[in-house]
Amino acid sequence: MPARTISATSFRRMLNVLAVCVMALLAVAARPASNQSTKISKERYLSPLEMASSADGRLLYVVCQDSDEVRVVDLQSSKVISSVAVGRMPRGIAMSPDGRRLYITNAWSDTVSVIDAATLQVVQTLPTGPEPSGVVSDSNGTSLYVANRLSGDVSVIDLKSEQETKRLLAGRGASYLALSPDGKWIYCTHIYPNPGAFRTPPNSEITVIDTARQMVVERKPLHNVAGVFHVALSADGRLGVAAQLRPKNLIPLAHVEHGWAFGDSVTLFGPDVGEPVQIPIDELERYYALPWGVAIAPDKSKIFLTTAGSESVTVVDVARLLNTVHTRRQPFVNDLSASADYVQARIPVGHNPRGVLLSPDGKRLYVANRLDDNIAVIDTAADKIISTIDLGGPRNVDAIRRGERLFYTAGFAFQGQFGCANCHLDATIDGLQWDLEPDGFGKDIVDNRSLENLAGTEPFKWNGGNADMPTECGPRTEKFFFRSQSFNQQQLTDLVTFVFSLPYRPNRSRLANGDLSPAQERGKAIFERTKSKNGKPIPDSNQCGTCHSGPKYTNQKQVDAGTGKSTDRSPVIDVPQLPNVAYSAPYLHDGSARSLEEIWTVFNPKDTHGVSNDLTKDELNDLIEYLKTL
Amino acid sequence: MKKHSRMSRINDAGRHPGRSRLSGGAKDLACAAMRLFLMIAIFAAPALLAAQDLPLFRWENFTTANGLPDNHVFCVLVDGNRVWAGTENGLGLYENGAWKVFRPVEDSKEQSLAHQAVLSLAVDTSTGDVWAGTMGGLSRISAGRIDTFTQLTSGLSNDIVYGVGVQGDFVWTATAAGVSRLNTRTGEWALFNERNTPMQEIWTYAVSIAEDKVYYAVWGGGVLEYDVKTERWKDYNDPDGETELVLMKDQGLIHEITTSVSYVDKILWVATYFGASRYDGRYWHNFLQKDSGLPSNFLNQVKAIDANRAWFSTDKGLAYYDGTNWAVYRPALDTHKPEMLVRDTAGVVKKVSVETAPAHNYVLGLDFQGDDLWVATAKGLSHGIRQKSSVSTAKQSARRR
Repeated sequence: MPARTISATSFRRMLNVLAVCVMALLAVAARPASNQSTKISKERYLSPLEMASSADGRLLYVVCQDSDEVRVVDLQSSKVISSVAVGRMPRGIAMSPDGRRLYITNAWSDTVSVIDAATLQVVQTLPTGPEPSGVVSDSNGTSLYVANRLSGDVSVIDLKSEQETKRLLAGRGASYLALSPDGKWIYCTHIYPNPGAFRTPPNSEITVIDTARQMVVERKPLHNVAGVFHVALSADGRLGVAAQLRPKNLIPLAHVEHGWAFGDSVTLFGPDVGEPVQIPIDELERYYALPWGVAIAPDKSKIFLTTAGSESVTVVDVARLLNTVHTRRQPFVNDLSASADYVQARIPVGHNPRGVLLSPDGKRLYVANRLDDNIAVIDTAADKIISTIDLGGPRNVDAIRRGERLFYTAGFAFQGQFGCANCHLDATIDGLQWDLEPDGFGKDIVDNRSLENLAGTEPFKWNGGNADMPTECGPRTEKFFFRSQSFNQQQLTDLVTFVFSLPYRPNRSRLANGDLSPAQERGKAIFERTKSKNGKPIPDSNQCGTCHSGPKYTNQKQVDAGTGKSTDRSPVIDVPQLPNVAYSAPYLHDGSARSLEEIWTVFNPKDTHGVSNDLTKDELNDLIEYLKTL
Repeated sequence: MKKHSRMSRINDAGRHPGRSRLSGGAKDLACAAMRLFLMIAIFAAPALLAAQDLPLFRWENFTTANGLPDNHVFCVLVDGNRVWAGTENGLGLYENGAWKVFRPVEDSKEQSLAHQAVLSLAVDTSTGDVWAGTMGGLSRISAGRIDTFTQLTSGLSNDIVYGVGVQGDFVWTATAAGVSRLNTRTGEWALFNERNTPMQEIWTYAVSIAEDKVYYAVWGGGVLEYDVKTERWKDYNDPDGETELVLMKDQGLIHEITTSVSYVDKILWVATYFGASRYDGRYWHNFLQKDSGLPSNFLNQVKAIDANRAWFSTDKGLAYYDGTNWAVYRPALDTHKPEMLVRDTAGVVKKVSVETAPAHNYVLGLDFQGDDLWVATAKGLSHGIRQKSSVSTAKQSARRR
């Protein structure tokens, strides 16, 4: 009997069936992760993030994000000699000018812990804005400046009265600060782009604060930039460096294979370069994802840059860099061949390297390997790791930590272009709207959703197209985003486990005693109302609490609420969860509503997304104040 | 005898202990001298007050010819050595001798000014941020960056923002639909209108802010007072109602159609389209064209210097009141030549010869820059440069007597 021939069509069908089966198997295999997420015991890892050294360079103070402490390392013995408990989720560190005080920002306590460097005791706790991150003292030690990520501003704290005296407007997601060597200026960067018009290139800024007047005096524009991290100044104050991302979110991500998703780069500013100039650090066929920490050698010979997604440190030769900048008059940030002119070395380090610190003599570079609980020590002359300081975290690497490493690495993407954390900065959002689907330019635009406490909010994707997290994180990520190798079953399970482990951030809109303010109470009544103001019953399907029901304010269904756009393949949208909704602007599935107000003032003309057109402005404001408490 | 006793008490109280060492005769002499001083103080005080100097200015005027965005200037704000001018077609910033113009940009990638017609301005002296109320929303200008708040994108009650003021973390606005207050730390908007205040009209027109109180001029609704401590509102209205006749002068606010408030040194000054009022918390005193130095009862703004002195922007010139005397600065209504009028306490008006005047009679607002003035008019922005010489009313008063 002759062998039966298979037509091309039949073969494709079989492949499709096979693909569906594989996906289903993967999904089933990985499914327990979501269910187990609450049962998996979480190791108390350290997650070193930022560092400071004592004035004599003998001690290293390491902010440990997940263990809520500062570990103190004796650099001669490379041993941890002490630890100091601070507030929740510490994020930034600074030393007082006289070296007698350490300032630690506690991102989830909205405070600064002041540590006596001699006794290693917390001697003061200072109030800040929401989610304090970067911190610096002014040069005379009278005022402390704290970048507040959630409010996008900088708190100015008078250290004598221990009071916050003012807040200065910075960029959205204000996070990192640097003091100029002469003490006159403070530079602030921010991780989310400033608000702008829908579907326009993102813009960021470097906010410049005059320390004498305690006012913002300049905003250096960073065009096409979203995600700016550490900023540093050279010892002579003539060169500033800020690490940043240049996302290409306006074109379909289908072009990943063309190297067109993120530009990993830095902005140079200061007298050495004149006007700010952006330069690439990627290579033509290899990317160095998520440039984060920056340090400049005391003699200004080198710039050290951690690339958090590529697990490496990029070393830039400053003389060659400045020569390139001065020689090339046209912008060249998109010319990836340029980096060959000034990148001196790429030093592999540990998982998710973040903060960097140079020893006072510049001979050693310390790199915080956040997901290894250790510090890499690099000989800056040889550009090589000479030792690793173990901070004493758990030996066991559990599923959550394995998943977190997968989340932050760019190693799975084509040419190492990006990882999950490129868009979900610090496992949050990026404030951008992406053209993800390969269905044409400008179609199915999607806003970046929060990842907080996702268990029980399935399905996922803007239209609910992914039934569960393994589907969302598995084939979708691997094949569609990364254009590269697949996660194996264990990896997918670990990744999903990590994502499901992400908790809610503290909600700052709720009153301390748990009560609602009068405005919030009024808003709650509007949210829960069943009749419009003229007494007409509101159909169940159009009451807020129908779709936004349950503990996470989603009924996990897909509905047509009239918010679909002509560019969407379908008007049916997955009902999003609402907790901490205040932190994830813009809104709607495509990010077209710049504020909560616009959801109803602009995008609900026919009362299809709840009945709102009978509300007065006062009542709409009340509703929004209530939503902020969820 | 009674006065003598009072003097004795003063001396006994030891305020001037050296005097106790005087002889009896010397004491008598001292008492007589003191009596004489008191007599002079009591009887001559009004004359002394009346004999104050009224300021002279050299006026430099700005128009579109030298960089002003538009000649119709609604408001002006002095911020150190910078001057902001809100005009009908853009916001102008005068700095280092040059104008920079801000206007809305339709297809801007970044946020731009809410609307080209800028009605009100305020500076947050703590941060340096400038807030601009426009006909299309509220904008914050912070070191070159502009963030805009509208009734669609934020909790602002209405896009027509006639007035704006900063009080710590709060930005208070006067809009065509009541009061909107933004908490810049939390982002929360609080709205105050006819539903939660004694606001008879929701057309709020101007705001004046102090640490303890916030005052609103409500166009057609008198004045609203917000007590910061109690968080309560109180209204002040014309006892005559909306009538344009003044039936009970000095028994309350002069008129319901208020255009401006200025609260300084615990004294409230109010401008209306039918005169001005001063309220010290107990007594009202009203100013009308017919019995004061006001050149018109049609007032666009009042801005007080202290409890006794204030500037009035009218449709017939800029007026200054020093507590007793008045001065008016304007192009003459008939010849349009520069004119300064001085009215003394006795009501005598004289013309002072001047070579310059504000750009136009129709004055919409002013702000102080040290001893200088910046004045918004319907035909340009004027810089009043204070001259060393001044106009004394003493001779005039003496002549009158």
